[in-house]
Amino acid sequence: MKSSHKHLWRKTKSACAAVIAFVCALLVIAPLALVLFHLIRSGASAINWSFFTELPKPVGVAGGGMANAIVGSFQLLGLAALVGVPVGVLGGVYLAEYGTARGNFALRFMADVLNGVPSIIWGVVVYGLIVLRFKSFSAYAGGLALGFIMVPLVTRTTEEVLLLVPAGYREASLALGISRWKTIVHIVMKTASKGIVTAILLALARVAGETAPLLFTAFGNRFWNHNLSEPISALPLQIFSYAISPYDDWHRQAWAGALVLVVMIFLLNLVVRFLTRERMA
Amino acid sequence: MPVVASSAKPAVRSIIDRMARPSGVGDRVFKWLTLAMALAVVALVFLVGWQLARGSSLAIQKFGFHFLETSTWDPVAEQFGALPFIYGTAISSLVALIIAVPLSIAAAVYLTELAPIWIRQPIVSLIEMLAAIPSVILGLWGIFVMIPWLRTHAFPFLKKIFGWTPLFDGPIYGVSMLAGGIIIAVMILPIITSVSREILRSVPNLQREAAYALGATRWEVTRIAVLSYAKKGLFGAVVLGLGRALGETMAVTMVIGNTPQIRASLFAPGYTLASVIANEFTEATTDVYLQALFEIGLVLFGITIFANLLAQLLLRTIGSTITPRAVQ
Repeated sequence: MKSSHKHLWRKTKSACAAVIAFVCALLVIAPLALVLFHLIRSGASAINWSFFTELPKPVGVAGGGMANAIVGSFQLLGLAALVGVPVGVLGGVYLAEYGTARGNFALRFMADVLNGVPSIIWGVVVYGLIVLRFKSFSAYAGGLALGFIMVPLVTRTTEEVLLLVPAGYREASLALGISRWKTIVHIVMKTASKGIVTAILLALARVAGETAPLLFTAFGNRFWNHNLSEPISALPLQIFSYAISPYDDWHRQAWAGALVLVVMIFLLNLVVRFLTRERMA
Repeated sequence: MPVVASSAKPAVRSIIDRMARPSGVGDRVFKWLTLAMALAVVALVFLVGWQLARGSSLAIQKFGFHFLETSTWDPVAEQFGALPFIYGTAISSLVALIIAVPLSIAAAVYLTELAPIWIRQPIVSLIEMLAAIPSVILGLWGIFVMIPWLRTHAFPFLKKIFGWTPLFDGPIYGVSMLAGGIIIAVMILPIITSVSREILRSVPNLQREAAYALGATRWEVTRIAVLSYAKKGLFGAVVLGLGRALGETMAVTMVIGNTPQIRASLFAPGYTLASVIANEFTEATTDVYLQALFEIGLVLFGITIFANLLAQLLLRTIGSTITPRAVQ
């Protein structure tokens, strides 16, 4: 009798632990629900056609949009990809195809440490590297800062997807007398091409929302950017400057911009998920 | 993602290495090119350190170690001390860890040990979505939703209960160290949860089976066989979260109040290393001011590199490859 009593107590304790852990899991995802709820409630009503087609209006004039910031974000992502993709992908190729076990350990370690560098630091570094030297904030500087952030992300993911390619493919190609580098480019990277695209998209989705590294590199601009060596606007920058402004109309636009940015990032992640599902099948 | 057994593992690779002699020019060029790109990762770490040290060399000469222990930040008088920012970064990160660590480890335990199978993947996907929300958007939400709620509901409540301690004393503005800590907690919840989950998943099933065979309940299995086994790895996950918390910028800047002061009360506004760079960098009118901000960057880089090194060492010793990729 007594032992079954104890057993019941232990069972209850186990059930309680499960309930508490469940509540904690709910609390972890609660902020997501809250943020999305307010984004949709405050953002959807502020989005209209002119939001996507017009430039920001001066203070006090209602209306206007973030067309320049949306285009600017894409320009910056393009510039970032020019830096992050070649360095990241080829670095990943080295890790997966050439590196020695010990060297790879060190390189992976460095990549992971680099991944933990706060994004604002990249802004400071590129400011010293580019902005001070050319005496101007520029789209190039912003793109470089974002590109640096992409490098460790793309390197690590590319390595992972290349390692998924069976060794038999490499052996078969080499046995046919095809040189090593052609084997890597035409067989291994071709087989893993979807995975490499995934790696790039994940990194782009990550840097698309970055604000801190752009504050004093891309700097922001209330007009169109016609020259990449001049300041350029980006969606996150515009959201930030509107959010901390004292004007109600700008606050509404900040919410609208935030909604557009989140939708963009979620769409990118959705594409990634679609691509990885195909690869797994 | 199960790693295919026949992937290019070192043993197989040595065969491939022998099969393919680097004969042509193309082979050599390609190998050196990829090596150069891989070394870029190392070069970038040094680039950051070098740029920050170069940008702050004058300030380091002028202020020396005094910089770290003085609490006056007066750009007009050219007096620069980083102490209020170091304090703000430390306290806001500590608050964030106190909130985030129990929640995310419990959530990870739920997702690997206790939850019904069908519910696991949906929750994991939602956590990944939270990780994908940019910092600036959390800050926007913080300014317009969280701060007003904290000011009118949560903070007065806390003050009524804990007002007798210095931590929850003093006037309530809304923007505060506590608000900063809460928003950082939201930012690091996903990364601690997902890394902890990977670690718990890497605990061998033999551990669990042995405990079950002894008649343990599900919770007892988790506590005795899983959590104690994964202790070190979970500590690594927490340190990794700390590394992110220390460098978190935008959301914190928008809710912490940006006042360089050291106050015991969590209701008082504060300032962090990252936010002072974000706020004042473009306003730095004198060379010394800019140099001081570079030095703040150097301090921030130093402590985040230290936290990340420690985290990676802890995570690596448990022998599983954890990649917190695409998690901010």
